[in-house]
Amino acid sequence: MNSEISPTAPTASSSTVDESRLRMLWREYAERRGAVVALIVCVVLLAAAILAPIIAPQNPYDLSVIDIFDSRLPPGSVNPAGFTYWLGTDGQGRDMLSAMIYGLRLSLFVGVLSGLLAISAGVTVGLIAAYAGGAVDALLMRVVDFMLGFPAILVALILLAVLGQGVDKVIFALVMVQWAYFARAVRGTAMIERNKEYVEAAISLGLSRPRIVFGHILPNCMPPIIVIGTMQIAHAISTEATLSFLGLGLPITEPSLGLLIANGFSFLLSGLYWISVFPGLLLLVTIFSINIVGDRLRDVLNPRLQK
Amino acid sequence: MLVFVIRRLLQSALVLLAVSLVVFAGIYAIGNPVDILLPDDANETERQAAIRALGLDRPLLVQYGIFLLKAVQGDLGTSFVYNIPSIELIFSRLPATLELAMCALFISIAVGIPLGLWAGLRPGTKTDEAIVTGSILGFSLPSFWQGLMLIMIFSVTLGWLPSNGRGATGTLFGIETSFATWDGFTHLLLPAINLSLFKLALMIRLTRAGVRETMPLDFIKFARAKGVSETRIVLAHVLKYILVPIITVIGMELGAVIAFATVTETIFAWPGMGKLIIDSINKLDRPVIVAYLMVVTLMFIVINLVVDILYALLDPRVRIKGQTV
Repeated sequence: MNSEISPTAPTASSSTVDESRLRMLWREYAERRGAVVALIVCVVLLAAAILAPIIAPQNPYDLSVIDIFDSRLPPGSVNPAGFTYWLGTDGQGRDMLSAMIYGLRLSLFVGVLSGLLAISAGVTVGLIAAYAGGAVDALLMRVVDFMLGFPAILVALILLAVLGQGVDKVIFALVMVQWAYFARAVRGTAMIERNKEYVEAAISLGLSRPRIVFGHILPNCMPPIIVIGTMQIAHAISTEATLSFLGLGLPITEPSLGLLIANGFSFLLSGLYWISVFPGLLLLVTIFSINIVGDRLRDVLNPRLQK
Repeated sequence: MLVFVIRRLLQSALVLLAVSLVVFAGIYAIGNPVDILLPDDANETERQAAIRALGLDRPLLVQYGIFLLKAVQGDLGTSFVYNIPSIELIFSRLPATLELAMCALFISIAVGIPLGLWAGLRPGTKTDEAIVTGSILGFSLPSFWQGLMLIMIFSVTLGWLPSNGRGATGTLFGIETSFATWDGFTHLLLPAINLSLFKLALMIRLTRAGVRETMPLDFIKFARAKGVSETRIVLAHVLKYILVPIITVIGMELGAVIAFATVTETIFAWPGMGKLIIDSINKLDRPVIVAYLMVVTLMFIVINLVVDILYALLDPRVRIKGQTV
């Protein structure tokens, strides 16, 4: 099963090797039907987020289409103009469904972007530590230990308390709390990889250091990066929502799912459940399906669990 | 062992110093607390007096020096808002948070380990799949939303349990606790469940993975060959073997639970440290923020130390003084 790229593997045939390996991975992944459903849900949500301006019934940012007299209508209400609020309206009279689609767009944007930035930062640090070794490695890993010693939510909370609100600041805080996970995982894998023969071969071919590290070692470190990356994106979305709920994340002008839920909190006690229940459900479905995909990927990509 | 502890303590002091510097410098960058504390119609003289009284007119390095000097004496400044020593303020809120965190951990252990064992002993079955999916659901549920749903179901709709505050506390064995009164207990229930769910999912996964990795090992086969009953194999052999990583995680998670209590405490208006820090951030109560962070850092350091020592006691292989087993 372990289709290790041998040092002499010609580059010409490697694309076909990759393709059959991918197909094999997919067949294994698809063994669990739930995981396939989760993947489909992820794709649909992503599409909805990207196409938000087209598919949302109303633009929740456009004040001219929002009528304050339509506020707090229960799901299924129809306004005098004949517009149906399938999921009701919030305190400002916004269509919940539209607000949720836009909220999802923002939540996914923050989660995915911070995840990708954290991966690049973490992978770079991890590879440098593994390849340089010695004092550099010790120092970098001390920093990683230090970062991982504190719960992500606490660090993010403090960072945002210092920085203030804003999309860029939330993304920065999320990157700060996530990169260390990637750094540690990549370093661990890279330490094993760099002692393998193909690296020795690359060194004896006289390839440059960056090329060996990024062109040869990095591709072989990908499985754990993919798994942790998936999980971390889910975690980032959840953390952003939590921070926004606490009033420390995104500003009120840019309602992510977390902020929508927070807005609904005050109405919840008076029985207006839909304002915070529906965005919460969407948030849950999003995080849940990403986690299911990540969990399945872990099983499929983990060589220890392979028969 | 002694050398190990001393070395760890020295390291910890260094970490604490580094954190204090970072935190102090970071907090210094937040807006001016004088603007918030003084009424809008305060004149310039009053402003200057307030700045002097709070020690904000001195250079940052001097402020840090004074802060550090006082910190070693246990004085982390006086809260701008409450006007009492911030350390005292935090310690007065600590018991409520600790109680909540302990209850949450207890629930996650008491429910999570049996479920994890159950699933791990029957890999691939419907029960196993249900428990695993449930655990993924458990840590996909955003903690704050799950809390809102608990309030909606149990407080608003059913009206069974109160949704905010700590309720009456009483003294039990000399400790002030919510367990002493029925009112306190009912107030504790929802926040504790809210806080436990995430860790519950973790416990299930950890136990299940541990069981699955342990079952094929030789010493289990040997125990079976010896004719040890299956119950005893699970309870005595497997459980003991997987307890080491679980205890490490529980120890490390205690800190995370206390950190996550900020969310739970905000939702349920639980008067603990977490609510205090959120309030302090909103009011820019700088000494309280700094003191909170120092206390939490210290707590993490102590927890990690205790976990390491426990680890050594439980697993003979990591015992520092090599004794024969």
